[in-house]
Amino acid sequence: MTMSDLFQDYSEAAGRTGAYDEMFAPGQKARQSYGQVAGALRELSLADVSARADSMARTFLDRGVTFDFAGEERPFPLDIVPRVIPAAEWDVLERGVAQRVRALEAFLNDVYDKMTVVSDGVIPRQLVTTSAHFHRAVHGFEPAGGVRVHISGIDVVRDAAGTFRVLEDNVRVPSGVSYVLENRRAMAKGLPEAFGQQLIRPVEEYPRRLLSALRKTAPSGVDDPTVVVLTPGVFNSAYFEHTLLAGLMGVELVEGRDLICRGNRVYMRTTDGEQRVDVIYKRIDDDFLDPLQFRSDSMLGCPGLVNAARAGGVTIANAVGNGVADDKLVYSYVPDLIRYYLGEEPVIANVDTFRLEEKEAREHVLDRLDELVVKPVDGSGGKGLVIGPDASNDELDALRKRIIADPRGWIAQPVLQLSTVPTLSGDKFGPRHVDLRPFAVNDGDDVWVLPGGLTRVALKEGSLIVNSSQGGGSKDTWVLAGSPQVPVERLPRQSVTVRERVSVWPVESNWRDRQSEQQQQQISDPQEVPANA
Amino acid sequence: MLSRIAESLFWIGRYVERADGTARILDVHLERLNHLPTEERRSVARELLGVMGARPQSEDFGLEELLHALAYDKHSATSIAGSLGAARENARRARETVSSGLWESLNTTYYGLNQHRKDVVGTYRFCHWVLERTAMVSGLADTTVSHDDSWLFLALGRSLERADMTARMLSTRDVLSAGMSWVNMLRCAGAYESFLRTRRAAFGDQHAAEFLLLDRLFPRSIVYALRDADECLAKLDPSAQRVGFINDARRIVGQARTFLEFHRTDDLMSELPEHMERVQKAVSQASDAISRKYFNQADELAWVGEVS
Repeated sequence: MTMSDLFQDYSEAAGRTGAYDEMFAPGQKARQSYGQVAGALRELSLADVSARADSMARTFLDRGVTFDFAGEERPFPLDIVPRVIPAAEWDVLERGVAQRVRALEAFLNDVYDKMTVVSDGVIPRQLVTTSAHFHRAVHGFEPAGGVRVHISGIDVVRDAAGTFRVLEDNVRVPSGVSYVLENRRAMAKGLPEAFGQQLIRPVEEYPRRLLSALRKTAPSGVDDPTVVVLTPGVFNSAYFEHTLLAGLMGVELVEGRDLICRGNRVYMRTTDGEQRVDVIYKRIDDDFLDPLQFRSDSMLGCPGLVNAARAGGVTIANAVGNGVADDKLVYSYVPDLIRYYLGEEPVIANVDTFRLEEKEAREHVLDRLDELVVKPVDGSGGKGLVIGPDASNDELDALRKRIIADPRGWIAQPVLQLSTVPTLSGDKFGPRHVDLRPFAVNDGDDVWVLPGGLTRVALKEGSLIVNSSQGGGSKDTWVLAGSPQVPVERLPRQSVTVRERVSVWPVESNWRDRQSEQQQQQISDPQEVPANA
Repeated sequence: MLSRIAESLFWIGRYVERADGTARILDVHLERLNHLPTEERRSVARELLGVMGARPQSEDFGLEELLHALAYDKHSATSIAGSLGAARENARRARETVSSGLWESLNTTYYGLNQHRKDVVGTYRFCHWVLERTAMVSGLADTTVSHDDSWLFLALGRSLERADMTARMLSTRDVLSAGMSWVNMLRCAGAYESFLRTRRAAFGDQHAAEFLLLDRLFPRSIVYALRDADECLAKLDPSAQRVGFINDARRIVGQARTFLEFHRTDDLMSELPEHMERVQKAVSQASDAISRKYFNQADELAWVGEVS
């Protein structure tokens, strides 16, 4: 069986979806960026592809690259066909993501300060104050280090016309970057042929970038800041990611009970006594962070953290209260926020969004619920989302009631035919819908966007839901280098710097020459076992 | 104990560690090699083989030949299969001395050598499997053999070979600096996480090389491995002397270790090639000295029959 068999019914299936296909232009011609991947796949039979897919899955299980699915550890499915982004397209995405992060950063600073965005009439005050994640507990101070959105994941999708649009912003606890790192390692071993001739930008520097940004935003006056990653614990669905990032940054992974706040400083309990903590990379929800300020029954956080942050004794990344910026109703205003704070036009457009508090929009939406996607404004992971065309009448009726009861709690968007990438399914490749989550790291001076990001794929035919909790998998995401100036997975051989050799050892005694001659002989003339060498 | 048995144990230690080190080096470099265009791949494959102490058998030396030479060639002590075969052969000759656990794990490993696809993707899994098997062999050697002289010879061979292998890992960095990042060099030695935890925010070539060469606590660092070897030698020959050493092996290992450990430098990277060369030389000289002292290779004796 050859590639043409593996792709036998592909173009027909792709035609049915009506979506933009990342690999093939109409007529099943591989796009230029996919040339090498197509070439590598052409050489493989079904048996090869299956063997490699199995091997990759086993590597993931061995390495513990899993997510928690209903209390069970499952390997995160990685498909063998990568998602390839040409340099020119990435250039736009990179600028668009960085722009968005800068605008949200400015918005958060404003919201927790003077709220000029409200007094200038860009957004209604109610929008902010009714957000479930607007926390008055952190109002009125600038966080130590001056950054609020250290780490962000801006979800983008490609619509049927092939245009990228932002689907949502994640500036609280975006997860998934560990899969980006692991996917690349697995792919380098799973589909080695596809790497050869092209320049793919590496992802391995992410943990170093992250650590350096976290250290840079430490409270002032700390020379050699101690960074920790705060995890809710081993039962969290993203626990693997917490361990990986802490490991790759070489910092402690702490739980709430390891921390103690005293005098507006944070310490961790160690065998050498209490050690000061300067920067906390927070991987738990705000609600559970500090029982003094938020849920008093939380055992996951540490009492006093918010006060310590307010006093400037500790940097919390991302800052507490960021949820107001990724509220999905606020999302609909982000293009305005970009214009307001940065004086720029948005590089990447939003998806058209209906604000259900507006009477006209609401009525329009309620009439067409079966054609739209309706999302709760503070949901994540696809929770609570209703896809109209797939929902039953009962579900739509229930949804209608909930919208009328709480119009602030929902937004509606047209159903987007997310772009597709060939994905192994049984004994052939089929088109499956994907999204993309680029990750950005903000160190206060500069927003760095990790080349690529996490491509999630809905493994079920026709499905638009890519979340891992609902049957999604992922793909390695390759950004091709446009010019030799940017670092790539393969450095050109010419870059070898011939180092000057320096001799520092004492001169050897003269009997060495005889020995090394013997050694030479042994090498050129390998002797049979049992003569040991 | 019998010299012949001691020699076998010493070489079991060396061969198993060699298989382990070669698998580590191959695993990481294969990934790099795959990212190279074909013609570069050939020259790098050639250089890599050179670092591992062998020369190509033919002019036509590419990736496939490299895999054969470093992984599957049963007739070469440079390859993983050859090393593991030789380790098993040595164990067979000392079977009454080694524990049955150790013998069986070596024997099982030997019979498992053929059960792998010999293409690139299969070789990754092969390397992975080899690391598991060698770890098992080492673990069984440590837990099922009394830590008497026989174990000391095994541990001595292992430490010497480990120093040699780490030196080769660092040498590959120098020969193939194209695309060989320090991250991979550390991954090669399984040292990445350990390194990160000790170094906080200090990254880079120099620190990575320093870690693998000089760290006093990381077991695969050269200084650590040489110290291990030194301790084995001291236990094997505890006769305290007031002055100096009669034992050549101790002198060679000790000189190399102390030179590195007490050496002060501002420019480690340009000295690295010499360090690596001297470490490898010291290992081979120490190994010869150990043979001369303990294994006492008598001249071949032949039965000549009684003269009546």
